[in-house]
Amino acid sequence: MSFVEYKDLIKDGDTAIVFLGHGSMFPVRVQAGGQTQTKYGVIRHSADLIGKRFGAKVTCSKGGWVYILHPTPELWTMNLPHRTQILYSTDISLITMMLELKPGSVVCESGTGSGSLSHALLRTIAPTGHLYTVEFHQQRAEKAMEEFRAHKVDHLVTVRNQDVCKNGFGVTHAADAVFLDIPSPWEAVGHANAALRVEGGRLCSFSPCIEQVQRTCRALEEHGFTEVHTLEILLQAYNVRTVNLPLPDLGKGATADAADAPSDVAADSGPPPPGMAQFKSGVPLKEMVGHTGYLTFATKSLF
Amino acid sequence: MAGPGQRPPPPRIRDGDFVVLKREDVFKAVQVQRRKKVIFEKQWFYLDNVIGQNYGTTFEVSSGGSLQPKKKVEETSTETKEAGTDNRNIIDDGKSQKLTQDDIKALKDKGIKGEEIVQQLIENSTTFRDKTEFAQDKYIKKKKKKYEAIITIVKPSTRILSVMYYAREPGKINHLRYDTLAQMLTLGNIRAGNKMIVVETCAGLVLGAVMERMGGFGSIIQMYPGGGPVRAATACFGFPESFFNSLYEFPLSKVDSLLAGTFSLETLPSEPKDIVLVEESNGALDEKQTSLQEAEEESIAEVVLDSNHAEDQETMEVGTEDPEYKDSKDKTQEKQRKQEEQRKRQIEASTLLNEKNADGLIVASRFHPTPLLLSLLEFVAPSRPFVVYCQYKEPLLECYTKLREKGGVINLKLSETWLRNYQVLPDRSHPKLIMSGGGGYLLSGITVVTDNLKADAGTLDSQKTEEPSSKKRRVQETQC
Repeated sequence: MSFVEYKDLIKDGDTAIVFLGHGSMFPVRVQAGGQTQTKYGVIRHSADLIGKRFGAKVTCSKGGWVYILHPTPELWTMNLPHRTQILYSTDISLITMMLELKPGSVVCESGTGSGSLSHALLRTIAPTGHLYTVEFHQQRAEKAMEEFRAHKVDHLVTVRNQDVCKNGFGVTHAADAVFLDIPSPWEAVGHANAALRVEGGRLCSFSPCIEQVQRTCRALEEHGFTEVHTLEILLQAYNVRTVNLPLPDLGKGATADAADAPSDVAADSGPPPPGMAQFKSGVPLKEMVGHTGYLTFATKSLF
Repeated sequence: MAGPGQRPPPPRIRDGDFVVLKREDVFKAVQVQRRKKVIFEKQWFYLDNVIGQNYGTTFEVSSGGSLQPKKKVEETSTETKEAGTDNRNIIDDGKSQKLTQDDIKALKDKGIKGEEIVQQLIENSTTFRDKTEFAQDKYIKKKKKKYEAIITIVKPSTRILSVMYYAREPGKINHLRYDTLAQMLTLGNIRAGNKMIVVETCAGLVLGAVMERMGGFGSIIQMYPGGGPVRAATACFGFPESFFNSLYEFPLSKVDSLLAGTFSLETLPSEPKDIVLVEESNGALDEKQTSLQEAEEESIAEVVLDSNHAEDQETMEVGTEDPEYKDSKDKTQEKQRKQEEQRKRQIEASTLLNEKNADGLIVASRFHPTPLLLSLLEFVAPSRPFVVYCQYKEPLLECYTKLREKGGVINLKLSETWLRNYQVLPDRSHPKLIMSGGGGYLLSGITVVTDNLKADAGTLDSQKTEEPSSKKRRVQETQC
């Protein structure tokens, strides 16, 4: 397994995702002789995981079972140990596309944080690109590097433990894109400009507050960036439900029969209970994420 | 500092390149050709002068349709600004502009630069000085937009082309908004080295997006309806030839026979005539969609894109031939050669599919998604993501239910994204416009090893996937 390449079989040392069902899952480091407890009982790595296929159903000691999944940046984002607030896949998707990332891209990122975005960036720029990520918190920087090694992507990434606002990214005129997720991105815009190629490139800054966005936009214009756009993306998820609504009794009594009822019944969900009309609906979740942050994009151009 | 900074500089604009013209937020994809007239935003010009320039260069349209490179201009308004505080004394009498329509036309005909016309308009506006600073700003911006024809030539990318298509020709891409496309690429874990199956009727935009993210590494099998895949938008990306070496195509109409094991070469269309006919019907369909939108769009844009389409079909060797030349011997031989090539590629595609180990499935079409998913997921390996786009939510509800019944998938998610644009200016920051509903819906999930024991029904999996009946009842009650 690697975060940048699919493998069929689970091996010792792999990171795998244990899927318990209903969106509930957790990551596991596969180790010969290792054991993992789940609510369905214990998983013995040597017997139950190693040599099995990713996507296989694994029966636990109490008879229940789980699925073992190949790691992807998206699954990792949902399961990683948080050391900071992280970026989720909805924002990451837009960042990746609007920064025009692809295999071979050279990207600068700060801060590294918990590495949620980093893994997605590495996935996209592999096998020929490179990520320069800057994290001023020493422990977080070390932890990130450890994870990159465990996930076999360390050859694609350089982690620097320094303050991006003071010391920049440690590269000049090398990057196709720069991403900033720091409290005062406007202080790093000059460094971002220096890190981007002479011919130009793209920049994105993520900030939760509009005041941060305003200062960043002003700094971007002062440094000659163009195409400054601020976006916000929200994810609306739906539960798929079969809903039965009771039909009102309008006093038709015996003359009314089933033919009068709306008959738009999904054949697969069985007949509706008597006096009920049935339909499928995509019901919005009770609560949804209303705001993560504003994404400000800009272009550095040649002139 | 060491690093990959030694990469050669990006190539300059060449004759024949696929580029994108940009004016403000409006894009248009064209192919650079000498002495070819291009119409963009009600202006015509030639692209001869852009050849040899860097991507990202800004040009000004001058008389005779030539483009002149324009350097960044310093802000001209250095003079002390005079502005009002509010509009209590500004009356709309229609006489604030002292220049008449004819005067303005005369200025234009004289070939006076756009910025000078704007300056004249400001000087001849009696109310300009009374406007607030913000209103003055807005006035200048509006006039600049109209009179200063500044065009930037940019390199095509998924970002630019998907924004362009959504704005110009949403009907051709089934109203797939660019943020939705971005979600698809991420949810599908599209990356170098994958073996992807793609079904799309989005003019080849989704295919292009997948190709960009794979960077020529791995393989893509495009399943197409009708006589051949449509790749008009794919052509706009200007991918190197090498990206097409590992791009295969396979007709959707042969999927059933492939799954049943009865697929053979003989069932492939053998008469060149067939291909031409279907191609024509494809074209007709395109035209129908075009006419639907023509009211709101420049018809010229369609012509350009359509001509791209035609060229594309040739470069892709999917067998569009002009029927008029059918008699020509050379053409017939050429056709046979192409057909032989096409058959060879289809055998290769069928072999790749038969391995049933694809790394993902991407569907974004005008067809009902359920039958596509139920069949095509057979070709996908376990523990791989799949993403289906649909302009409407209801077919995805059905697809969700059917996939649950069939099994072999987990983590099914039905979702939609909303995108909001902001204006950020000092003291004038606010959301610009809400886009919602119109960007389509996604159903995504992950494949798993199929359970062969049907007796297992009612165990963990169904417990997990189905709402407990007590919960179900509660839902009903809340709906009452």
